[in-house]
Amino acid sequence: MVPITTIHYLVVAAALFVLGVIGVLTRRNVVVILMSIELILNAVNLNLVAFSRMWGNLHGQVFSIFITVDAAAEAAAGLGILIAFFRNKETVNVDEIDLLKW
Amino acid sequence: MQNHILSIILFAPLFGAIFLLFVPKENKNAIRWVANIFALGGFLISIPLVPMFWAQRYEPGFKFLEGTSNNWIPSIGAGYNLGIDGISFLLIMLTTLLGWISILSSWTAIENRVKEYYVWFLVLQTGMLGVFMALDFFLFFVFWEAMLVPMYLLIGIWGGPRKLYAAIKFFLYTLLGSILMLLGILFLYFHHHTLTNVFTFSIPELYKTAPLIPFNIAIWLFVAFFIGFAIKVPMFPFHTWLPDAHVEAPTAGSVILAGVLLKMGTYGFVRFSLPFFPGVVSHPKVQSWVIALSLIGIIYGALVSLMQKDMKKLVAYSSVSHLGFCTLGIFALNSAGLTGSVLQQVNHGISTGALFLIVGILYERRHTRDIAEYGGISTVMPLYATITMIMFLSSMGLPLLNGFVGEFTILQGAFTANWKWAAWAAPGVVLAAAYLLWLYQRVFFGTVTNPKNEKLHDLTPREILTFVPLIIMALWIGLYPKPFFQILEQPVNQIVQTIHDNSNPNSPANANVRPTADPHKSIVAKASN
Amino acid sequence: MFFLNHIYLIPLFPAFGAAIMFFFGRKLQKTTVDAVCVGAIVVAFLFACFTAVEYTHFAHGTGQPFEKIVYTWLGSGDGHLNFTKRDGTLASFNADAGFLLDPLSSIWLLFVTGVGMLIHIYSTGYMAHEGGYYRFFGYMNLFMFSMLTLILANNYILLFVGWEGVGLCSYLLIGFYFHRNSASTAANKAFIVNRIGDAGFILGALTLSWYLGSFRFADINTLARSGHFAIGDPVLTAAALLLFVGACGKSAQIPLYIWLPDAMEGPTPVSALIHAATMVTAGVYMVARSNAVFILAPTAMKTVAIVGALTAVFAASIGLVQNDIKRVLAYSTVSQLGYMFLALGVGAFAAGVFHVFTHAFFKALLFLGSGSVIHAMSGEQDMRNMGDLRRRIPTTHWTMFVATLAIAGIFPFAGFFSKDEILWQTWASEGGAYRILWFVGYATALMTAFYMFRLMYLTFYSPSRMSHEVEHHVHESPKSMTVPLVILAICSIGAGWLSWPHSLGGSANFEKFLEPVFAHEAVVLQEEGKSGQLAAGKKEAEHTDKTEYVLMFLSLAAAGVGWGMARSAYLTARKDYPEPIAQKSPRLFNVLYNKWFVDEGYDYIFTGRRKLGEVRLGAMGAGEAASWFDAKVIDGVVNDVGWVARAVATLSTWSDKWIIDGLGVNGPAILARMISYPARLLEWGLVQWYALVMVAGLLGFGVYYVWK
Repeated sequence: MVPITTIHYLVVAAALFVLGVIGVLTRRNVVVILMSIELILNAVNLNLVAFSRMWGNLHGQVFSIFITVDAAAEAAAGLGILIAFFRNKETVNVDEIDLLKW
Repeated sequence: MQNHILSIILFAPLFGAIFLLFVPKENKNAIRWVANIFALGGFLISIPLVPMFWAQRYEPGFKFLEGTSNNWIPSIGAGYNLGIDGISFLLIMLTTLLGWISILSSWTAIENRVKEYYVWFLVLQTGMLGVFMALDFFLFFVFWEAMLVPMYLLIGIWGGPRKLYAAIKFFLYTLLGSILMLLGILFLYFHHHTLTNVFTFSIPELYKTAPLIPFNIAIWLFVAFFIGFAIKVPMFPFHTWLPDAHVEAPTAGSVILAGVLLKMGTYGFVRFSLPFFPGVVSHPKVQSWVIALSLIGIIYGALVSLMQKDMKKLVAYSSVSHLGFCTLGIFALNSAGLTGSVLQQVNHGISTGALFLIVGILYERRHTRDIAEYGGISTVMPLYATITMIMFLSSMGLPLLNGFVGEFTILQGAFTANWKWAAWAAPGVVLAAAYLLWLYQRVFFGTVTNPKNEKLHDLTPREILTFVPLIIMALWIGLYPKPFFQILEQPVNQIVQTIHDNSNPNSPANANVRPTADPHKSIVAKASN
Repeated sequence: MFFLNHIYLIPLFPAFGAAIMFFFGRKLQKTTVDAVCVGAIVVAFLFACFTAVEYTHFAHGTGQPFEKIVYTWLGSGDGHLNFTKRDGTLASFNADAGFLLDPLSSIWLLFVTGVGMLIHIYSTGYMAHEGGYYRFFGYMNLFMFSMLTLILANNYILLFVGWEGVGLCSYLLIGFYFHRNSASTAANKAFIVNRIGDAGFILGALTLSWYLGSFRFADINTLARSGHFAIGDPVLTAAALLLFVGACGKSAQIPLYIWLPDAMEGPTPVSALIHAATMVTAGVYMVARSNAVFILAPTAMKTVAIVGALTAVFAASIGLVQNDIKRVLAYSTVSQLGYMFLALGVGAFAAGVFHVFTHAFFKALLFLGSGSVIHAMSGEQDMRNMGDLRRRIPTTHWTMFVATLAIAGIFPFAGFFSKDEILWQTWASEGGAYRILWFVGYATALMTAFYMFRLMYLTFYSPSRMSHEVEHHVHESPKSMTVPLVILAICSIGAGWLSWPHSLGGSANFEKFLEPVFAHEAVVLQEEGKSGQLAAGKKEAEHTDKTEYVLMFLSLAAAGVGWGMARSAYLTARKDYPEPIAQKSPRLFNVLYNKWFVDEGYDYIFTGRRKLGEVRLGAMGAGEAASWFDAKVIDGVVNDVGWVARAVATLSTWSDKWIIDGLGVNGPAILARMISYPARLLEWGLVQWYALVMVAGLLGFGVYYVWK
């Protein structure tokens, strides 16, 4: 049994991160994009927790809790905006969210 | 409770307005209920103030003090500082009562944008109460201006056909006065600083230094304040915003406008102009100019009302006439005149408030205020006709109703100051009977000639309820005004004493009361100690 | 002392009745209304009688006034609310709800409640078929409350409460038939004309308090009689004249008499109670009450006497030719009130009061009788359509005849004694020019006899000029109406005997009773060394002049002549009978018939209800001018300021838009925009493109660092 070291965590986190980035870049549904952003954030969390374990202190974990809270708030605000947007345009396609152009 | 009762009364309506924001706007009846509950609550909360105040009615100075003179913006010396004396006490009670009544009277009159209406009304209520309670000039000015906005919106949104013209005229006219007043306030503020090295907006503090301003400067300050207040009262010739605002405003707006807002001008005279510039107001020329304007207002307002074809305009011009009596009493500068004036302000709130409710009731049923459209109404609406008669009599100053007590006391004060003033005011009393009775005859007597008037229904219980407290107050003040005289005695005598002590050495009656030492020095000395 | 100590209840009884009518009247049965309202007056009357009896015990013939203060009405009651008197000292601003009973007010108290009670009883019959029954009685009770307050007040301001109160009730009752335009107009006229007087009254009371420091009668009388004030004191003269303006309004004297004839629009019992017996005598009461002030103001006294005499003859002249039965009586009332003021003006206060007293009975009787006639005639008031009623309504006939004899001054009916006393006092007061006043009064007596007997003959004696329909319905009034008539007739005969003059072997008890109120005047005036203007009480005892018998005979002769002229002219008046005055001088008749065109003149000059050509004068003219001024000038200026502001604003908007904003701000902006155009091309507005660029950039950095 190989002991799980920091590098393992980092690999998993990197994988998650890449999945998230690809999701953000390729999906057209805003809900999915938001979910992908969550993935990115969780990848970061994983990294932080891993380093926290490595250094044997709690700084990283504290950070990750902040990020979790932040993620929740961001999801709430993002979904709120999305719902308001949906009421106006009846779509969640990110390509049609182009009002800021120019 | 005792320590914070003023704040509680002051912010109860604002709390109601905030609460109202959470009621969905589609649910109109819920909004009305909530607003009425808060309005009634605001009135009920103010009732405990009566026994509390009564117990200390003879104590000098301001009572129920709250806050300190610089607890709000210490860097400029502005404080959240409240306190009342007999004069503001009566006006506060009048405000809470009329606030409740006008909100009650709007139940069916307001059909669109209901939520906003009540929210603004409650905000307005807080603004008005604040003006009467503030003991800090900065705070006073904030309330004074804050109250303009809701009133502007009430006229501009829920008003009649020319509402925008009226609302803008009202706003700009009043603002013009406020600006002049603000300049005056700033002068007093810096003047206080030069004498004492203290920056403060505290009114009791300014009372000490303002009378020391030399006459040639004080006269300009007096004029600045005077224009501000005279527009608000309104005194002739600053009155033309009033008929427009009244005619266009919704009924409840007119009630509050006439009942409370106009009193702010007279309150300003009593609270600021007199104690701040005793030397100026007691200068014979200044006094006779102001009295002349008041007397012109009395007769002129009555004459103009005589020929009005619009009921509401008639009542509006009658306000000019009645307020002329109030300013006459104030500038008679003696106890009887001042007492009568404050009483008359309360009376005017009661009777003219009721008159606007009366006009509003007909307007709501027929959507016209044209006198010629009516006739014989007492046959179809007997109860309404009776109540109208009582309030008309109260307005024209029939003894045993409230109007007489105030008017007579004012006349007594004016007469002892200069008998010619009372003699000139007397035709106003005759003309008041003429325009009101003629209006009554044209609207209520005769037979119903207009078929549209045949099916008018008499007062609903809610409408009766709006009149009952006013009639009770009218009878109380008419039959047993002694408590009111006692409440006013201390502050009024205080003001008269201030004027007497500081008045212009040229005026013969007060030649021997001028202090000999240089007052500037003594104040500076006191401050440095 | 129970009744004296609870004297304030007397006005409260009718006030209570009025309050019940106000709240519950609409739902009450007529019998209940009768019980409450008439009951209240009966109780008040009985209470008043007991009070008066108690008062005589209290005063022991000294006339010492009884005062009862219930509470402080105006003023703070603690003495700290003051005003400055004319001499610079402070006086307390104070008017109590206080009641005063002295011989003067007790006389008014008794006849007001007594006559009031009879008229209330009469009204239950007269108004039985009218709508608004409860309303009528509510107003009547309110009137009694006000009148009793007026009488019993111990100061000018409480008196003013009653004074305005009776004016209000008069307004309400004149306008009782409010659907009739003429009624509501007459009501307005009454109230507004009275208000002019009221303004004078208030200013008079203020003058007194400014000078003497109090509103209380007791204080004012004491001070006025203290001898500190010279006769002819200008301030007191002004005060007396102002008070008299008030009296002119309330008691219908020139120039404010115009409302009273129009007041006949009200129901007849109202005319009897308010516009004949009680309210219109309030002015007399007030002047008599202020006698101490008036006596110090000879100018005011002269004015009172002259105005009184002029009013007496002027109104009588109009009464000669009127055809409406109530209008004749109305002008007769104005004329008799003039008599009373003539008496007051020559210092014969007691004689004036005595005439008020007797007049209350016979004039109330005349009005109630005319009401009974109108009732019998189904509402017809025009005497041209009457005639020959004496057998059809006998009780009405004989009671009215008694009243006519009384007012014409036939011995030994009540009017003879009082009128004769006035004429004699006028003759005897100052001599000189005052003899003219006597002559005016004498001529009025002749006219009075003429128009009253004209009324009697046209109504009761001459051949019938009624339409058949009306004739068919003529009937005597019910008991509730005739019984008061009979009682009043008895009083009209006997009331005069209370003051049987010395010259005829009597002892003038009435005037003796009033002596304490007025007698002081004699002292003041004698000290000044003036013989004239003595108070009646003092003088009555002295005169045994032969002239008095001559005058007595002359006035009887005048009454007889007037009677005879009326009889010869109207006894046989058939349809379209000729008026003797119209035959002699049609122009004079026209002037008299149109009441000297005074109403028209007032409408042109004072009210502005009529236009003089294109011009409107008076209050309405001033109102129109003020309205025009307000809209065009004052508001015009305001709007012009607004216009100028807008013009300047438009100008600055233009400059703002094209110069400041155009060259200064937008110019650089346009430049920047042109430059930015290529950069804008980079913006797609698609989130994912931006994200891709970000990722690409990130990767670029990564590659760069790794490579390095």
